[in-house]
Amino acid sequence: MPELTAPAPRSTRSKGVGRLLVVVYGILALGATGRSFVQIAHSLEDAQQVPLAFWLSALASVVYIVATIALVAPGRIWYRIAWITITFELVGVLVVGTLSLTHPELFARPSVWSWYGNGYLFIPLFLPVLGMIWLRSRRRNLDAADRDASAAA
Amino acid sequence: MIEWLTIVQVAVAVAGGILCLALGFAGRKPNDYTLGVVALVEVLLVAQLISAIVSPFVGNTPSGDPLEFYTYLISALLLPAAGVFWALVERTRWSTVILGVVCLAIAVMVYRMNVIWFVQGA
Repeated sequence: MPELTAPAPRSTRSKGVGRLLVVVYGILALGATGRSFVQIAHSLEDAQQVPLAFWLSALASVVYIVATIALVAPGRIWYRIAWITITFELVGVLVVGTLSLTHPELFARPSVWSWYGNGYLFIPLFLPVLGMIWLRSRRRNLDAADRDASAAA
Repeated sequence: MIEWLTIVQVAVAVAGGILCLALGFAGRKPNDYTLGVVALVEVLLVAQLISAIVSPFVGNTPSGDPLEFYTYLISALLLPAAGVFWALVERTRWSTVILGVVCLAIAVMVYRMNVIWFVQGA
């Protein structure tokens, strides 16, 4: 197969192991979006009130999509958005995970964060932590790139 | 859904996933073999889609929720396309690893689809 001659678009935050992280985020975003779509569609079909947990799942899935984009997109603004969305996910999985144990009537429904995400192999619990470690390690490169840019200017 | 097709598909996806992961961690860029395996997984998914559409007409209806089944199937169909696109844009060993992750994710999704069709609600 011929090598592509045009250089692939590069971003500072999407190299090495980080790419794997992006893919796992992408798959989680896809899974969470699909599932909350099915859950909400069925609740509406049965003319029930859509349970809070399902709306929260829908919100979570949108945030996962934004986080996936933010991890790939270059620049400082996206870097900040990546931090905000990943923090939101970590807080979400911890709060909802705890509430699903203490207040099962509220959250003991299959949502992406219930029981600390055990329906998703606990991926929602450890993925944000991996994401944060990785973002932190990219920070240095971002600062170095800024210094290079200002030195060149 | 046809049970033997599902077994073949899960076997191909797992074997292909392990192959891509091994070659990726060994430093290989995506090549005709790894991309071919992912293409084969996609072809099997299209076969699965055709079988899912035809099956109810010959009396093989899903025991579980069809909406959930098709959400999985359509998500699974998108993954190889995205993985191959990535592999063509970025020709590094990480793309090979990603192809492996895509294959393994599809294996899990097809297994789950099988549960929805045959076990859930039965």
